[in-house]
Amino acid sequence: MIGDYILEIAYLIASVLYIFGLKMMSDPKTAKNGNLWAAVGMTVAIVATIFLYMDSEGKHLHNLPWIGGGIAIGSVLGYLMAKRVQMTDMPQMVSLFNGMGGACAAIIGLIEFPHYAHNPESSFLILLTIYAGVVIGSTSFAGSMIAFLKLNGNLNKDIRLPFYNVMNTGLIIAAVGLTICLAGGHIHANVDMWVYILLGLSLAYGVLFVLPIGGADMPVVISLLNSFTGMAAAFGGFLYGNMAMLTGGILVGSAGTILTVVMCNAMNRSLSAVIFGAFGTGGAAAAAVGDGKQKSYKQTSPSDLAVLLNYSSKVIIVPGYGLAVAQAQHVVHELESILSSRGVEVKYAIHPVAGRMPGHMNVLLAESNVDYDRLVEMEDINPEFSTCDVVLVLGANDVVNPAAKEDPSSPIYGMPILNVEDAKHTVINKRSMSVGYAGIDNDLFYRDKSSMLFGDAKKVLTELVSELKAL
Amino acid sequence: MEQLLAFTYEHMEMIYIVILSIILGIQVIESVPTVLHTPLMSGANAIHGVVVVGAIIVMGSAAPDNYVALILGFLAVVLGTVNVVGGFVVTDRMLDMFKKKPAKKD
Repeated sequence: MIGDYILEIAYLIASVLYIFGLKMMSDPKTAKNGNLWAAVGMTVAIVATIFLYMDSEGKHLHNLPWIGGGIAIGSVLGYLMAKRVQMTDMPQMVSLFNGMGGACAAIIGLIEFPHYAHNPESSFLILLTIYAGVVIGSTSFAGSMIAFLKLNGNLNKDIRLPFYNVMNTGLIIAAVGLTICLAGGHIHANVDMWVYILLGLSLAYGVLFVLPIGGADMPVVISLLNSFTGMAAAFGGFLYGNMAMLTGGILVGSAGTILTVVMCNAMNRSLSAVIFGAFGTGGAAAAAVGDGKQKSYKQTSPSDLAVLLNYSSKVIIVPGYGLAVAQAQHVVHELESILSSRGVEVKYAIHPVAGRMPGHMNVLLAESNVDYDRLVEMEDINPEFSTCDVVLVLGANDVVNPAAKEDPSSPIYGMPILNVEDAKHTVINKRSMSVGYAGIDNDLFYRDKSSMLFGDAKKVLTELVSELKAL
Repeated sequence: MEQLLAFTYEHMEMIYIVILSIILGIQVIESVPTVLHTPLMSGANAIHGVVVVGAIIVMGSAAPDNYVALILGFLAVVLGTVNVVGGFVVTDRMLDMFKKKPAKKD
């Protein structure tokens, strides 16, 4: 009995630690400790469960060697994966981990349902909890795997099956309907078969839900799936009356949902637009219009740019994903150091969705020791562009596209952008004139004050740095 | 309807917890600077790995001759643990990058 009390207290401690951990993670100074607190809370919950949990008949858990083995394998795998991943590949890693949590929740439901489904005393809501865990967990799993493959470059196309919106809606209705029928005990024969059909429907929905979503909307989807898994965990907590699972799951479910909304706001996209994807079709139309007339652009070279930068008084660097892909964040820091040592004021303008996820660019620049104070967020930097001599756009495209302000027919119209065109000179580094992530042309490249610097960001910047040193 | 009311009454504590946790989750996130969105998402991702506790319970309650449950349960424990450990370690790595800032200022 005393074990039960201690277990509940352990869960209480764990829940409090999650909450404080998550709260501390919202400030750069305390974030690292916050993560540790949450990890300690998790350890408390897991260890206490293994040794203190008792079922309704007062029996302790058995199969401990299996449990221990599973935890050992999982820990080693998780640790190695997390340690080896490149910082640029972070988003897909988060997606992969999320998928595993979703799969875990779905499997719990699959093992538990036979105990409850064949027991006439199980209430509608208990059964609903189990089936909802299966549906949400497996949707999150399938969706996260597709998101992982897309971000990892294994699955490049945004695949749109004909009438996919109709199909997806049909799948949701079928899954929800079947869940209610099963939970309500309206299906008496072949319950097991129907549960596996439900599993199939949910997996199919997860796949079809993420397949058509474009790359730029990927972080939003991952965040959404993250909150799905949180909800699935919470359903598990409800089933077992387990407070640690309940609070942890709900906390992530609600925090994840808000984070999703915040991200959507940063891109000025509505959640439904992301899910039902009006993006690709609009983008194709806009690109087609852009191709109609041949427009001219200016080109510059590293040596010309070195001179220009050397005699500037203020330079703003706009880093984008192209910079991260080229692994050029360290060279950028070197460039910045040389310029500041010569009295040039250098700042970085960070668009909220620069990189692949909000804050991703900050992580990458921080990795190469860029000073935290130099990273300026969009609202604060936008008024400064007009006083700036040179803006260096490195591998960013859509976040500096003036169409977002000027062209109501553009698919990104309304998205807040960095006002780089206010500066005296804008130099854009890209590998080619190809379109950005949103698949639309960028009028900025053809403006009078703009010039293009073609080439791989790392290579070009290295040349630029050596030219600067020679001056 | 009566069933629903009865359920609500029986699980009043749970329902309080659910509602308060939802509000708490919203509160905690609202003040976060964009810079920390990715680490935060990753940290939250690790926290929902608490679902592994459910996997441990399932596994530990499975009859020793129920091989389907044992194998699936084992898989669930492994996957859940990867979610927890990987999630926290990745978050820690991301946050490491913010931490060493004041040390190096040139």
